[in-house]
Amino acid sequence: MLKFCKRIFSLFALSASVIFFIVTNSFASPTKVGFVYLTTPGDHGWTYAHELGKQMVEKRFGNDVKISVVENVPEGPDATRVIRELAKQGNEIIFTTSFGYMEPTLKVAKEFPNIKFEHITGYKRSKNVATGNIRFYEGRYIQGVVAGLMTKTNKIGYIGAYPIAEVIMGINAFAQGLRSVNKDASISVIWANTWYDPVKEADAAKVHIAEGADILAQHTDSPAMLQIAEKNGALGFGQSTDMSAFAPKAQLFASENNWGPYYIKKIEQLQNGKWNTGDGPDHWAGNEWGGISSDMLTISKFQNMPDSVAKKAEEAVNGIKNGSIKIFAGPLVDNTGKEIIPAGKTLDDGALWGMNYYLKGVNGKVPG
Amino acid sequence: MITFTPRDKVSNYWTLIGPILSIILTVIFGLLIFTFLGFDPAETLYQIFISPFSRIDRVSDIFVKACPLIIVGIGLMFCFKANVWNIGAEGQFIMGTLLAGAFALLFPNVETKLLIICMLFIGFIGGALWAFIPAILKTRLNVNEILVSLMLVYVAMLFIDFIVRGPLRDPMSFGFPLSKPYPEGALINKISFPGIGYLGQLHYGILFIIFLIPLTWIFINKTLGGFKINVLGSAPKAARFAGFSKDKITMTVLLLSGGLAGVAGVIEVSANIGQLQPEVSFGYGFTAIIVAFLGRLSPVGILFAGVIIATVKLGADNAQMTMGIPKVVTGLFEGILLFFLLTGETLQKYKIKWSWNK
Repeated sequence: MLKFCKRIFSLFALSASVIFFIVTNSFASPTKVGFVYLTTPGDHGWTYAHELGKQMVEKRFGNDVKISVVENVPEGPDATRVIRELAKQGNEIIFTTSFGYMEPTLKVAKEFPNIKFEHITGYKRSKNVATGNIRFYEGRYIQGVVAGLMTKTNKIGYIGAYPIAEVIMGINAFAQGLRSVNKDASISVIWANTWYDPVKEADAAKVHIAEGADILAQHTDSPAMLQIAEKNGALGFGQSTDMSAFAPKAQLFASENNWGPYYIKKIEQLQNGKWNTGDGPDHWAGNEWGGISSDMLTISKFQNMPDSVAKKAEEAVNGIKNGSIKIFAGPLVDNTGKEIIPAGKTLDDGALWGMNYYLKGVNGKVPG
Repeated sequence: MITFTPRDKVSNYWTLIGPILSIILTVIFGLLIFTFLGFDPAETLYQIFISPFSRIDRVSDIFVKACPLIIVGIGLMFCFKANVWNIGAEGQFIMGTLLAGAFALLFPNVETKLLIICMLFIGFIGGALWAFIPAILKTRLNVNEILVSLMLVYVAMLFIDFIVRGPLRDPMSFGFPLSKPYPEGALINKISFPGIGYLGQLHYGILFIIFLIPLTWIFINKTLGGFKINVLGSAPKAARFAGFSKDKITMTVLLLSGGLAGVAGVIEVSANIGQLQPEVSFGYGFTAIIVAFLGRLSPVGILFAGVIIATVKLGADNAQMTMGIPKVVTGLFEGILLFFLLTGETLQKYKIKWSWNK
């Protein structure tokens, strides 16, 4: 009986692999690319930015790629199943576009050594898992510069998603930009404890405005904050994508996540047989941590500000591009007066991922 | 005014035809919607209903997805049979997971699977304790258990969030709210079949269902305890005359359903996630309410209901992958399916009278 079962099983396995072989070979010409989204492109933020990247891939490769997208995939067992399914369907490279897909991506990658996986914003890699990330904080430095020049109340309201290193380094970069032009202004932070919840984000924005903030910044995904700013005559910055359609009078500019060139590069590498995971340092940054200079972060049009401010902001952009501005250059002092690094030194990338303190210019202390 | 009066006798003929008719109506409406939105309707229905069965590893994924739904659903069955409305299984799921997970993390190097056995018990206790709050308030002070159990869901969500951000956060997680990975002994392994290897995510946690279903069937149909629950639910007065303690039964069913929700959480996380994170449940506790009713509050029915719901969810993902149908559309379809199934069932049990009284 057992023997019989074994035979049936092996027969099944054999026929399945034959079918798989035939299927994958007959569609060998276009490169099959899979994307996993956390929410839907309708968030107008994080996932929308990935959608724009995907559209750039479509434009660039046309019929040479066949793209499958799965949206609204929760960061748990469903992710493992969906990623495996994409792998089984013969996708040759799979982009998993949220931090929480880290373990699921690695798990599935182990089972499919010939498929390439690209985990966005993760820090764990393997032979066939590469990681990519953006230096979001560079855009926040420029936001700080603009905020410092535009604020009248010297109160900046900042909405953070979670007190993790990525968000904290953004707040600190903002503070560095702010203090480079205005030593009197300071930042207050409200934690939304969510990446995407328009209601909570709007509430936080209202609180900031009630407390006298006239410039708002956010590290959450929806346009809700800007809509509140628009209604109350405050100003603010767009997140991940250009949000000026939601707040034409309030958006100063948006830091846009530009994933397209990265996706295109990695797909080209795959087609030329040159795909690799790189050998970057093993911190959270990922193999590829690009910013303004590599065009992975772009700055949308400066608006709702005098030309003089726009000019200063432009200078800051160029400074970051050509390296003359080092955002986290010493002397750095945290907001309790403790020295982080002395003059002449600069925080390295690894140190950024260990940030659990606020720099001078930020009120309060990091929770947790 | 619409009035529902219970039918004296439910016709056998309609119990059989009802669900089939519901499915046919769903399919017709589905065809209309998909055609209207410009998707090939036949292909879409194939993706949603058939494609999850098209490969053996996909079939096993259905059971993986259905596993927590079935376990929580069976727990809720006890409550709903006794007319006790536990809406907070989601919270009990979370608290069971959290307590068992915290226990597992005390033993970072344990490899023996004894640990996971302990965790199942602790998970049961954790879930039951969380259900104890609405239970004691209900029995002592007659506080509405619907409100208490539901509100405690949000307390549980924020509590696990706090715990994985603070006390249990892995120092190596780069500030991300994740606990350390569970030790080997706390993990539920995938089942390796001779000659095939793993089938999708199929894990040993499924065995729990295989024991749970016959056991609950026997308990409900063949024991005095099950009888008491049935009587309290269907004829509260009779229960009182028979001397069954309403408070005792209420307490028992709430603890049972809370405990089972906790166990479901332990199995889900130990088999599929392997560490604590802010979100462990993804709405299983709420979906299981639908599963319990769709399964007509019987263990075998709940098994099928869990499989149906899981199939449609997986099918929706497949439809998205192969045809690019957005989840909102397949979600709409799911809603239509549930609407017809539950309406069909109501019509079998109740006569409907329309009247235009002022």
